[in-house]
Amino acid sequence: MKYLEVCTQNLEQTHALGEKIGSAARKNMVFLLDGDLGAGKTTLTQGIAKGLGIRRNVTSPTFTILKIYQGRMPLYHIDAYRLEGTVQDLGFEELMEDEGLTVIEWAEYVSWLIPEEYMKVTITLLEEDSRRFVFEAHGEQYEELLEVIA
Amino acid sequence: MTILMAIESSCDETACAVVKDGCEILSSIVSSQINVHTLYGGVVPEVASRIHVENISTVVCEALQQAKVTMDDIDAIAYTQGPGLIGSLHVGVQAAKAIAWAYHKPLVPVNHMTGHIYANRFVTELQWPLMALVISGGHTELVWMENDWDFKVIGTTRDDAIGEAYDKVARVLGLGYPGGPKIDKIAREGKPHYTLPTPKTASPYDFSFSGLKSAVLQMIQREEKKDETINVADAAYCFQETALQSMVKKTMAAVAEYRPAMLVLAGGVAANSRLRVLMEEAMKEYPEVKLVIPPLSCCTDNAAMIGAAGYVAYKHGLFGGFDAAADPALLMPGEE
Repeated sequence: MKYLEVCTQNLEQTHALGEKIGSAARKNMVFLLDGDLGAGKTTLTQGIAKGLGIRRNVTSPTFTILKIYQGRMPLYHIDAYRLEGTVQDLGFEELMEDEGLTVIEWAEYVSWLIPEEYMKVTITLLEEDSRRFVFEAHGEQYEELLEVIA
Repeated sequence: MTILMAIESSCDETACAVVKDGCEILSSIVSSQINVHTLYGGVVPEVASRIHVENISTVVCEALQQAKVTMDDIDAIAYTQGPGLIGSLHVGVQAAKAIAWAYHKPLVPVNHMTGHIYANRFVTELQWPLMALVISGGHTELVWMENDWDFKVIGTTRDDAIGEAYDKVARVLGLGYPGGPKIDKIAREGKPHYTLPTPKTASPYDFSFSGLKSAVLQMIQREEKKDETINVADAAYCFQETALQSMVKKTMAAVAEYRPAMLVLAGGVAANSRLRVLMEEAMKEYPEVKLVIPPLSCCTDNAAMIGAAGYVAYKHGLFGGFDAAADPALLMPGEE
């Protein structure tokens, strides 16, 4: 398994990092974002959306659990935060088989959704606006993506 | 006299209501109130389509029964088309279409957000032009209405909704769920002991609460590093003051610029006691603008509000076809 560590100093750099991922991402890719409340999961997703050519502003999907955006491919932004301690069939597997990019926050609460190959991104809040991103590539296409991000 | 049946299933709740002339609730049934086997007392959302399917027939029958009407009395079926969670929305949309088809009734698709605004019709007549502040677990929006059924979203959250920020801050402070009432209550004992950064946005009417949420978390971690425990009441106080004062300030800027006849609050967070005080205080500067703060029963997700908005859409002849589908990212009418 290949790793990559990237640090950003501010919101703009986090957006730029996400944009790079969004621009290079291929169809059906799945990203699991792991990090504390306020770590920057939604911020990174805003960048990914921009890289996918999505013009609408990406906001937190915590309440509705899933938000869908249309770009050069659809972005399925899933937030399982409110699903802790529950097992519910929400039909998300079908979506993920579609030709879009899926970002899952709090994936541990929907572990059955995690496919064999994926990119795990662990985000740590360092101080104020600086963040550390550790990318963990599970699968060949994700390892290739690491080279683009680096 | 016009009687509408309204169906709402945009997220956690399956709901049905019967509403007369858009301002009188004949019945309003919400599944969480009748669902006795809800795990963890409703903390875990029942968002799976299967659960909405199980609930929908019950709430529809119950709504008719409590309103003491039959399908013959119903003039049209209003339903929430979006925004919301796709699977949940589908159930309400399909139920509305099935009922409309079986009983030959017109269909009125409604945007959930317009429902929150028109819920104020149960409290008072609305006056135009009107400014609405829609604040809930999923929304933070300033909507300008020059006339009846004329919507322009002038401000929105760039990241988290206000209600979501409350829930998450309550969780890190160990206050539990739902966060809104808990923070509101404990903050009354708090003092301005901590300083939190005021949210900044590029547009004067946009909101941002994600940075504030992170700041509370960082503040707790800083105190822990110093081996000091955070004073929960003080932290709740400082978070609430920072969040609400920023929101009130932006709303007042919008009132000053647009000069509405009426300012209405809508959505679950409108029930916050401190917000009511701050709003009333700030609005003293604008005695010519009527401030409407609805009771909690009108604020949370329900189907009656869809009936209120649906009535106006019905009067405008805004009917939907049987080919209409749920739209999880539905924009406000007239928005692009």
